[in-house]
Amino acid sequence: MTVVVGYLPDQYGRAALAAGIEESRLRGARLVVVNATKGDAWVDKSFADEQQVSELESELSGLEVGYEVRQSVGPDLADQVLDVVRETEARLLVIGLRHRTPAGKLFLGSTAQQLLMGSPCPVLAVKPD
Amino acid sequence: MDSLSLLWDGLQAAMTPSNLVYAALGVLLGTFVGVLPGIGPAMAVALLLPVTNGMEPTQAFIMFAGIYYGGMYGGSTTSILLNTPGESASVMTAIEGNKMAKNGRAAQALATAAIGSFVAGTIGTLLVVFFAPAMAEVAVGVGAPSYFAMMLLAVVLVTSVLGSSKLRGFIGLFLGLTIGLVGLDLSTGQPRLDFGSALLAGRIDVVVVAVGIFALGEALWVAAHLRSKPLGIIPVGQPFLGREDWARSWKPWLRGTALGFPFGAVPAGGAETPTFLSYLLERRLARNSDEFGHGAIEGVAGPEAANNASAAGTFVPLLALGLPVTATATIMLAAMQGFGIQPGPQLMESEPDLVWTLLASLLIGNTLLLVLNLPLAPLWARLLQTPRPYLYSGILFFASLGAYTVNQQPFDLFLLLLFGLLGFAIRRFGVPVLPLILGVILGPLMEVKLREALALSDGSPSGLVNEVLAVLIYVVIALALLVPPLVARLRGEPDSPRREREEQMSDR
Repeated sequence: MTVVVGYLPDQYGRAALAAGIEESRLRGARLVVVNATKGDAWVDKSFADEQQVSELESELSGLEVGYEVRQSVGPDLADQVLDVVRETEARLLVIGLRHRTPAGKLFLGSTAQQLLMGSPCPVLAVKPD
Repeated sequence: MDSLSLLWDGLQAAMTPSNLVYAALGVLLGTFVGVLPGIGPAMAVALLLPVTNGMEPTQAFIMFAGIYYGGMYGGSTTSILLNTPGESASVMTAIEGNKMAKNGRAAQALATAAIGSFVAGTIGTLLVVFFAPAMAEVAVGVGAPSYFAMMLLAVVLVTSVLGSSKLRGFIGLFLGLTIGLVGLDLSTGQPRLDFGSALLAGRIDVVVVAVGIFALGEALWVAAHLRSKPLGIIPVGQPFLGREDWARSWKPWLRGTALGFPFGAVPAGGAETPTFLSYLLERRLARNSDEFGHGAIEGVAGPEAANNASAAGTFVPLLALGLPVTATATIMLAAMQGFGIQPGPQLMESEPDLVWTLLASLLIGNTLLLVLNLPLAPLWARLLQTPRPYLYSGILFFASLGAYTVNQQPFDLFLLLLFGLLGFAIRRFGVPVLPLILGVILGPLMEVKLREALALSDGSPSGLVNEVLAVLIYVVIALALLVPPLVARLRGEPDSPRREREEQMSDR
């Protein structure tokens, strides 16, 4: 049994991670943290660098149920997360939700919406405090 | 002193508000393309060729010069913060610069690069002011046979000395020369290599070739390698230098300048060799050489000064002889021809306003570079977050627009695609781009001089060697071609082809 967290190294990702840790404790489920990038820019702030990954791992190392951090590069962010959800037959997907401006909605798609619609398991969407 | 008063006149001419705007524009654009790996000043100047057709030549060249210097500087930012050289001249900067940044000294590394570039660029430009007129004066008396020999020297040196594979270099050169042959023969008006098409007989426009090779070729290459793991960037604030950093930097700046300038001024110099030599020199001279390899400021100061000094040095052969030695200078030569300006030794006499305003604007551009870039460094670093599809769709848009506007001929778009594919192929097979573009632009000029020399001697090949200078240059060419392999054989070192993406990126 696993819980998958869609992670970004920002406040939304941390909120999702906190909720994911909580859920995996409650369910006694393994935690899989997914950090995805399109890999089409030289620098991507939402892709955790080495230091951020090691901080993440030290945060998770207290978890008795076991954990895994996966970083991947691919054309679609939501597909990368959903692939992991399907592969691990996850019981729950945890994501962070951000506020979107009307202009943002016009120009950009929503990864969160793709995940909500595409996930085979229930999705827990959290907001930062 | 004559040069100085001419330079003073040039400064006054360059100081008009509109010229200053073009200088600032060029510097910003140059830094922009320098910061982004894979996009260089040569591509920027090529994309701007059609735009500048409606401008005053002086203003166009002020902008080009700004792009050239800006590109040299911009590359160092990427080298230091990302450990990925923005262009080939910054490869050495990455070694110590990125280590410094990792030790939390990114601000100092950027500052020594910026100030070193300024110092080297200023000294280098002043050296151009003194050397170029003297060289031009000597060169004006040179006849067609010697001029042909000089061009041959530049082409052969660039092809065989730079880069590691001579075979690939000559493949690039002959591709370029062939492209330069297409169309009406410049001496007799006979159509050549036109496949019976009137569109090709009118000769291929240099803009189409340059934009195709540099912009479209690079865009296709990036499209083929679009996704890669993002690199960790080191955050940076406002660059500054402490007292100790100044004390450690100023000597490497001067030594780097002294190394860089001559290499830029000599055909086949380029910026790679002097930056490499400067790095070695600084490592040898460093008192605490243990620090080298762990972020020594000298290892950033020297090479960065060297690459800007060599950029300045390339203006000596360009202005005094009409000989370009880097890709960017080659495109600038094409731009001169586009304006109907005849490059060559007589340029200083026939277009003094252009030459001296350009030289003065180099000094201004250099100062602007320092003033603008020190505070803007964090902003330039953010540029690296731009997704490549957005960036390259913009480049493709301007490339197509530019190629179409030169002649308003749809056929040119087809040619653009063709040269784009060629540009992709040479990147794929590691053929250097500089000999190719040099062949396209210098090839027709060489042919004209060759025919001129042969016409004087009634077609006898002896007409090519009836000047002492020409004979001397042929001896130099022979030595340049024969000595390195001989030395290698004597030493028993096998030729190992080592060619990396960084070297291919030498589209300056």
